[in-house]
Amino acid sequence: MSSTPDSGGAGRWPEVSFETRMATVEFRVGDRPHITVDGDTCRGCTTKACVHACPANLFAPTADGGILFNYEQCFECGTCYMVCNHAGAITWTYPDGGHGVVFRHG
Amino acid sequence: MAEPILDAVVVGAGPAGSAAALALARAGRSVAMVERGPFPGSKNVYGGVVYGRVLDTIIPRWWEEVPVERWVVRRSTMVVDGDRSLAIDYRTPAWGAAPYNGMTTVRAEFDRWLAGTATDAGSGLVTSTVATGLLRDERGTICGVRTDRPGGDLRARVVIACDGVNSFLAKEAGIHPKADARHHTLGVKEVRALDPDRIDERFGVARNHGVDVEILGCTRGIPGGGFLYTNRDTVSVGVVVSLTGLAASGVRPEELVADVRAHPAVAPLLAGSELVEYAAHLIPEGGYDAMPELVTDGMVVAGDAAAMTLAAGIWLEGVNFAIGSGLAAGRAVDAAIAAGDTSAAGLARYRRELEASFVLADHKRFRKAPSLVLSDRVQQRYPGLVCDLVEGLFTVDNPTPKPGGASFALSVARRNGVRLRELAADAWRAARIFG
Repeated sequence: MSSTPDSGGAGRWPEVSFETRMATVEFRVGDRPHITVDGDTCRGCTTKACVHACPANLFAPTADGGILFNYEQCFECGTCYMVCNHAGAITWTYPDGGHGVVFRHG
Repeated sequence: MAEPILDAVVVGAGPAGSAAALALARAGRSVAMVERGPFPGSKNVYGGVVYGRVLDTIIPRWWEEVPVERWVVRRSTMVVDGDRSLAIDYRTPAWGAAPYNGMTTVRAEFDRWLAGTATDAGSGLVTSTVATGLLRDERGTICGVRTDRPGGDLRARVVIACDGVNSFLAKEAGIHPKADARHHTLGVKEVRALDPDRIDERFGVARNHGVDVEILGCTRGIPGGGFLYTNRDTVSVGVVVSLTGLAASGVRPEELVADVRAHPAVAPLLAGSELVEYAAHLIPEGGYDAMPELVTDGMVVAGDAAAMTLAAGIWLEGVNFAIGSGLAAGRAVDAAIAAGDTSAAGLARYRRELEASFVLADHKRFRKAPSLVLSDRVQQRYPGLVCDLVEGLFTVDNPTPKPGGASFALSVARRNGVRLRELAADAWRAARIFG
């Protein structure tokens, strides 16, 4: 979409940083990483759809072609394993009971 | 074999789970819900609007106690193309008075309230506990769940899996189809604080009344759509997009939300609002043809775990379908226990009850809707076509005479890459699906 807000000023405000965006969400971070990524498999992946599709932006490509994953601010949505082309590259479980994301306005 | 300690264990205290537990508790069955979040609703995200009619039979005058944000009295369907937009806007005061139609509500409050009706009726509720797997007896039949609490096995005659879109229990039971991105969409939402008086003014509603806006054509050609809902002192804005489309696009989800926010038809409504929560959740949108087996020996599946969300174009409903399926599951499990047969055959009445209710009747009727609504023409070409048509009708080009007739419509269609044959075929499909 090529639209821009009208020049009357209505609706134009600065986009918040991604860190600020994620800081609006409550996470009760557990000790156990509930999602693990198999770096060897990821190095052979050319699409890496998880990197841009993850709404929490938790997958970062590394210099050696692998993937660095941070479980702490995970929405537990399942997008990453669903868009992943390589069976077994992403091991997905729920965080332990009471941990993980806590939506207040979901 | 150890005796079951419960008639039923319900995994997940969302709308489906709470409805199932409520039905069973009222029938005098021993039932407990296991919820992995610290409170019901804490893991849940929706647009959203709840349509409460399904509650009439189980909670008389539910509207006097439900935690509501606003009662929806305006329903707007918007088509956008670039910076243009066309909206069909329906409003009626009737929806703003009992027995109401739709309401905006927050899941942390709604789900907690519904779970409370189940516990008031006698159901147990264990929060902060993950059902990590299924228990099976010596013959391999499901007989409860394992949890992540020490000594936390819960034995039950029947497991009711209401564990959401990723349902690990239905997968473990072998009745969930392999996770398929084609049958799922991603919902991404921003909840933005805005003064209630401003919401009233900008959306043209009185206090406690609200608006539901669905938007087609705002997702950069990725199959899906946008939404805007008014809450009491916040506005929810976001998109729902096809997972396969998102994966192929290279676009980040929050950029799509920013697009909706920046559209000239939306931006003035949200000016000055502040982000209070960003959220995302998967939605099972495959409809009737993508549902799992609904029962197996000792277990039934309901709600998102059973892909019960209806995403049929102009109808986007999930919570009511979750409640409807949960109630049917609870009643079927009660009857199966009474008959002494909790095998798949004994639980088969669950499916029959769903087929006889709106839940599967609507899903069956609109089974072809997802493929039409998410098709390339509907998503990428018709928004432009519709906007061109309306622009041609309402742009006054004197001294050129007004355009009109079939030749004008055909030229607009051609300009948008749509052939008459395709238009006729889609109109025929739409008539068959929605007619």
